[in-house]
Amino acid sequence: MYQRGARISRWFLQALLILLAVVYLIPVYLTLITSLKAPADINLMTAWKPPAHPYWASYATAVSKFASSLKNSVVLAISATILSAALGSINGYVLCKWEFPGARLVLPLVVFGMFIPYQSILVPLFQFMRRIGLYGGLPGLVLVHVVYGLPITTLLFRSFYAEIPDELLGAAFIDGADFFGIYRWLVLPLSGPPFLVVAIWQFTQIWNEFLFAVTLARPAYQPITVALANLAGGQAVSWNLPMAGSVLAALPTVVVYVLLGRYFIRGLLAGALKG
Amino acid sequence: MRSRRDQIMAILVVLPSLALLAVFVYGFIAQTVYISLTDWGQGAALALKPEIHFVGAYNYRELFTGFLNVRFRQDLVNMVFFTVMFVAASLALGLFLATMLDQRIRGEAVFRTIFLFPMSLSFIVTGTIWRWLLQPRGGVNVLPSLVGLPPASFLWLSSRDQVLQFNWQTLPYFVVLGAALVLVAWGLWSAARRRFRAAALTGLPGLVLLAWALAGGATQLQTLPFQEPHGFNLALIGVVIAATWQMSGYTMALYLAGLRTIPDELREAARVDGASTLQVYRYVELPLLAPITWSAIIVLGHIALKIFDLVFAMAGPDNAPTSVPAILMFLTTFRGNELAKGASIAVILLVMVSLLIVPYLLASFRTGRA
Repeated sequence: MYQRGARISRWFLQALLILLAVVYLIPVYLTLITSLKAPADINLMTAWKPPAHPYWASYATAVSKFASSLKNSVVLAISATILSAALGSINGYVLCKWEFPGARLVLPLVVFGMFIPYQSILVPLFQFMRRIGLYGGLPGLVLVHVVYGLPITTLLFRSFYAEIPDELLGAAFIDGADFFGIYRWLVLPLSGPPFLVVAIWQFTQIWNEFLFAVTLARPAYQPITVALANLAGGQAVSWNLPMAGSVLAALPTVVVYVLLGRYFIRGLLAGALKG
Repeated sequence: MRSRRDQIMAILVVLPSLALLAVFVYGFIAQTVYISLTDWGQGAALALKPEIHFVGAYNYRELFTGFLNVRFRQDLVNMVFFTVMFVAASLALGLFLATMLDQRIRGEAVFRTIFLFPMSLSFIVTGTIWRWLLQPRGGVNVLPSLVGLPPASFLWLSSRDQVLQFNWQTLPYFVVLGAALVLVAWGLWSAARRRFRAAALTGLPGLVLLAWALAGGATQLQTLPFQEPHGFNLALIGVVIAATWQMSGYTMALYLAGLRTIPDELREAARVDGASTLQVYRYVELPLLAPITWSAIIVLGHIALKIFDLVFAMAGPDNAPTSVPAILMFLTTFRGNELAKGASIAVILLVMVSLLIVPYLLASFRTGRA
């Protein structure tokens, strides 16, 4: 009796989950079928029907339209990710293993920087970038992403390095290693997983970022998010293009997530302290 | 052992990062606050040497009580409603999904991936996709016609309908009343725990404030010479749905991780004591998830207060029914060239986020959790 009831509720649970999964995938379905329709076939009443013949030209057009902004995003996301991960690693090492007087006070002040609404620094940032001649191009955007990425990368590396036992460092000291020696020969070789977690997190954040991109980049250096928002927000759009563009813009981060989801979730959960 | 040279080296290594953050976070915030207290060149804000006058709290007063700034006040109301609804929906859905996935069902990894993948998208992509789904005469609205019903006609993102309306003039009264009630409740709670000094410190001012508010004192804090209705814009529902679609996987992952850390012995012990499955859930598991709920409220709450990209991509920056202060700040500053007013909105936004974040940071760094 008990067994049978449990089996029925199990079936019910499974069915409910499948239904919810279908609901979560509806936007994906509509995006894909709309991106594969010819502009003339896009009709609000038949929005749910798949196209009779896939219209691959949407993607060809989208690729040529978004080629330069995709390239900007790749350059921006990769270089800013590498730089902010490297800085975060050495900062995390110091703040975890070389606590100086006042370090405990510094950390919350650093971490606060990742929660602020960037609107509250945007006007001085804009003026500053113009003054130092970095407004409008990719180097400026890289600088901005590296600086505002420092809090999260520092925090993540610091919490990973806390797991390295201090006795290990002590032993290295006795062997004559100094500050950089310990980092190079002891800490860095153990930093594979944290680098992966931090790199995935930063790449996703920077690839997806919009506010800095829309205020600090000239049209020629726009990342994909700005180009996509401009296209979809324009009047008289034929919807196959924004949908194909959405797929292109989503592809890198979704691929990273599907392949390395485990590390993505670890970044998400690490302390639940992030924004 | 650790030499002095190494210790100095360590400080030198972090110094550039700390200096950058000091300038880019705290220096720039200070500058924004300063700009917000001036008139910054008025119409010629982008001039090389704009004329600057110190005007004190004028910009803030204007935003809250000025005749022309009704959009800011509605945006503020939108932000609060959006935050409450989005956080509540994400928590409820995330807890529901996590609870179901915790039942050792088949294909758990696949479900987890599906519910979590929207997290990896940009708000711009989410916004673009949902903009198409919520077209007035397409997408979701034609769903009923697939089963033979007439199509729906709700104007998802442009509806001008408003519910839960209130008069802006009554806001100070209710704010004071609310603050007084919180203080009194806190005082009673402390008294019940025999912390009499804390009870007196919070309860007595609360009672004074309450008496003052009820005696009509707070109605003196008249903000506007005229009635101004504000309320919940139904057009925001679509934004809440899209945001929840994207972020509920995050709460699910948090809750699932939480459920997995509860030792099975605890559940077993409760069952041996005769608790049903539901009772184990209600009295053993849910209380242990409370800290996770707090973290999730903080993280989702501050994302919601700052929400910008999603609204920008879904409805465009000029769509008033779905606008929020973060959008208005962008328009005021970069299209209207009113730097001082934009800076004031930004400072208000920072204060709201800080009210949420600072207590959380203090608490987590005091216990050394982070």
